[in-house]
Amino acid sequence: MCLSIPSKVVKISDDKTMCTVDTMGVQRDANLMMMDDEDIVIGDYVLLHIGFVMNKIDEDEALASIDTYREILEVLDEDDKKRAILEDDECEARGEQYAQEIKS
Amino acid sequence: MGLELKHLYDNFRDGDTIKAYAKIIAEDAKKLKKPINIMEVCGGHTHTIMKFGLPQLLPDNVNFIHGPGCPVCIMPKERIDHAYVLSMQPDVILVTLGDMIKVPGSNGSLQDARAKGSDVRFVYSPMECIKIAQENEDKKVIFFAIGFETTTPMTAVLVEQVIKQKISNIFFHINHVTVPEVMVELIDSRDVHVDSYNNQIDAFLGPSHVSVISGSKIYDKFPKDYGRPVVVTGFEPVDAMQGISMIVKQFVEERCEMEVQYKRVVNHDGNLKAQALIEKYFEKMSLFRWRGLGNVPDSGLKLREEYRDYDAEVLYKDVLPIAEIEDHKLCICGDILRGMAKPQECTIFGTACKPTTPIGSCMVSSEGACAAYYKYGNLI
Repeated sequence: MCLSIPSKVVKISDDKTMCTVDTMGVQRDANLMMMDDEDIVIGDYVLLHIGFVMNKIDEDEALASIDTYREILEVLDEDDKKRAILEDDECEARGEQYAQEIKS
Repeated sequence: MGLELKHLYDNFRDGDTIKAYAKIIAEDAKKLKKPINIMEVCGGHTHTIMKFGLPQLLPDNVNFIHGPGCPVCIMPKERIDHAYVLSMQPDVILVTLGDMIKVPGSNGSLQDARAKGSDVRFVYSPMECIKIAQENEDKKVIFFAIGFETTTPMTAVLVEQVIKQKISNIFFHINHVTVPEVMVELIDSRDVHVDSYNNQIDAFLGPSHVSVISGSKIYDKFPKDYGRPVVVTGFEPVDAMQGISMIVKQFVEERCEMEVQYKRVVNHDGNLKAQALIEKYFEKMSLFRWRGLGNVPDSGLKLREEYRDYDAEVLYKDVLPIAEIEDHKLCICGDILRGMAKPQECTIFGTACKPTTPIGSCMVSSEGACAAYYKYGNLI
């Protein structure tokens, strides 16, 4: 019910009450009456809910989140590598296990 | 890197990022002194949590309680009956959002009413009422308005346009409800019949789009006055996992704060123009009866007194039923909404009560906890 769709503004009507948005390739009209005149410009990313633009998406904040996720993945990737090396180093039975694997 | 539209979808649904947060949460949760129960207030979150199988990714000491944030689910049957009865009145076109189509009242659903010959129309946007009214000047168009703060300002825009354009054949049946009041009810109920102090809610995952409109300020009181942290969180699965991670960290670090994970659209003040529209046209009802929860003070809205000429509840008061209709006595939705039971603990879950034949509130729409468990149950 409360879901909304990120979209990009591609056109704004002269009276600034309506706009056309692109939602992953699909274009549709959206009402701008919940936004102040100067709030939205062409190229803005917005949230669309039941035919209305309900707010603008803050690009800097969106990019900051995406950066955070990338950093987390890099750190975890690094941790995983370290852990794999550590497990490898500490594996006492490797020689025996390896020999058995070869045999089998 | 510049932002592209696909980033707003792909990056917030990325499987590796979800798994990464699962690891972080698992590590942090080892430091928790006791298990924590997080209520996701909003049905949109319930849907995300179940659809992406997030409970499976969390350690045993981090649990979800599925909240009452589905406006279709919490609508008491007598109000569904209002819609049905209104649609049966002569020269009436009843217009509502698609979510209402299959919700059964005591006489049937609006789909059933349409099958019996009434003119019920399901629209994508409330503004479609204007075109319908212009094309049917001899009919009364009644907009049956539902939804939380997310959807209320859109109804307010329609009221404003009806007044400005002097459209004489559009009327409103208002069923808008508000989130903070029911959150208070869930943790601080004075209802003698229900011991809400015995609830299990330790923290809230705050709704996404209610907060876009109202701002995160509406949750300031929960950490301060009720000792419950709130993290306002987006609807995508990465958002949800990050929000959960932020809540777990608060407990580990012994903080109790209101934080915003969904910063790309939510700020403290919210959409002030939308709030002004709500304030202009609506006022609080002293009580709104929530299906499964009962009366919740100050949680419903109605048109202000000066706009009563547009209020279908006033105009049709002689034909609208007033008796309260309770759910089946075996239904435990009230306990589920308070976090005291899980859907599968209900004796009629999945047997007598299914999405096609819902008996309780949580099975009514796909965002209800029982419906989500029914649909995605193989994941848990």
